[in-house]
Amino acid sequence: MIPSEFEYFRAGSVKEALELLNEKGPDAKILAGGHSLIPAMKLRFNNPGALIDIGGISELNYIREENDVLAIGAATTHADLAASGLLNSSLPMLAETAATIGDIQVRNKGTIGGSLAHADPAADWPAALLAAEAEVIITSRSESRVVAIADFFQGLFTTDLGDAELITEIRVPLPPANTRSTYLKFEQPASRFAIVGCAAMVTRNNGSFGNVRVAFTGVSASPFRDHGIEQALEGQPADGAQLHEACKLAGNGVDVMGDHFASKEYRTHLAVVFAERALKVVTGQG
Amino acid sequence: MSVPISITINGKIYESEVDSRLLLVQYLRETLRLTGTHVGCDTSSCGACTIIVDGKAIKSCTMLAAQAHGATIITIEGLANNGALHPLQESFKEEHGLQCGFCTPGMIMTALQLLEDNPQPSEAEIRHGLEGNYCRCTGYHNIVKAIYHASRKMGKEVVHG
Ligand SMILES: Cc1cc2nc3c(=O)[nH]c(=O)nc-3n(C[C@H](O)[C@H](O)[C@H](O)COP(=O)(O)OP(=O)(O)OC[C@H]3O[C@@H](n4cnc5c(N)ncnc54)[C@H](O)[C@@H]3O)c2cc1C
Ligand code: FES
Ligand code: FES
Repeated sequence: MIPSEFEYFRAGSVKEALELLNEKGPDAKILAGGHSLIPAMKLRFNNPGALIDIGGISELNYIREENDVLAIGAATTHADLAASGLLNSSLPMLAETAATIGDIQVRNKGTIGGSLAHADPAADWPAALLAAEAEVIITSRSESRVVAIADFFQGLFTTDLGDAELITEIRVPLPPANTRSTYLKFEQPASRFAIVGCAAMVTRNNGSFGNVRVAFTGVSASPFRDHGIEQALEGQPADGAQLHEACKLAGNGVDVMGDHFASKEYRTHLAVVFAERALKVVTGQG
Repeated sequence: MSVPISITINGKIYESEVDSRLLLVQYLRETLRLTGTHVGCDTSSCGACTIIVDGKAIKSCTMLAAQAHGATIITIEGLANNGALHPLQESFKEEHGLQCGFCTPGMIMTALQLLEDNPQPSEAEIRHGLEGNYCRCTGYHNIVKAIYHASRKMGKEVVHG
């Protein structure tokens, strides 16, 4: 399958990519790993007139710690994130999430920034980054702005990103000590996209749990934080029975998707089951 | 739009002018006639088109030839050394790791990176590492055996110099 015609530009720097985006206008698209965009172009679901390749820009490829924040360059691949010693020691949930994406070939090419910009409702990063309360740094020729991840996703394949803007960095605050987090998913067996993915994070304070965060992907058109479960467990001992009851709230008030992989009812059931599994892991009952 | 590219493939430098929309797998198969790399699904799923780009296993049906400018690539044609099969190729033969052989080049290229990252994998690690490669004939069992066998063979070679 062959995409329709387009102009191709290899950007050597962020500055050059932004200039090209401005010059080529809304018909241009950024090409990062290409593992969402190229399949869509081959099927001609997407026919951009110009591609601006940021895959070779080294200033967008890094993972570092800056004053209790993990700073991740937008064009860092899932494989590099999965293998990162820094992530594995400071916030292993992020490395685990990266490792569950697709297969090794997909992880070698696909990038975290590309995944966020694409906003596939079944993508893995959104749940983990929502639970971690990450921020997205969005850069245009004139400014750089910071968007909370919860405000970034706006619906099916829709984000806060403007035509002439580039995601340059993802910033994740390092959680306090005694915090545990995990990401678990029920995957589509061929693509490994999440039918339901759940990220959970809690901080233990003397027998009870605070800072409870539960986030879902795959359940609805947009990934979301499940405040119902969070509020039911905040400050609680979160033992077996209590946890079980709280997780029954999963997806309450959300427009749950139904498709040929899973009906609305089955997805809701999976959300309940995966919330409980993830929360058991982080509260040490798994 | 025509894009100039220069790529090192199996140790040889190729310079070409390619259409921006030419896929890397088409460049290999149709322009260079390196037909060992196969197209199974053309939808990023089956892994038959897997090659090594700058040390990483990549599905070449999901990459533009233009994106490979400056890269160093190994395809299945680059594995044998002066007619002597690579231990992975040898093991696929010895352990009957193929039936029709269509998936084999992709399996071997993925296995090459797998063994690079983890030279002595367990059976479970091999199965996990092959998530991105489909085989419609063998049931995978002998493919896993072949990769396991090759890893032990290659380990021994290193020990004995
Ligand atoms: C077989 C297969 C299985 C997969 N399985 C999974 C899975 O299990 N879980 C999962 O989460 N994902 C999965 N994916 C998707 C994969 O993670 C993609 O790599 C990812 O969604 C997109 O990243 P990319 O770098 O390839 O982006 P591209 O395809 O290059 O771009 C995607 C979109 O984002 C835009 N874009 C890219 N980078 C930026 C940027 N820095 N700033 C602004 N816009 C940008 C592009 O213009 C385009 O619109 C799978 C993909 C394949 C092919
Ligand atoms: S042909 Fe590339 S993954 Fe199937
Ligand atoms: S041997 Fe026929 S597809 Fe694998």
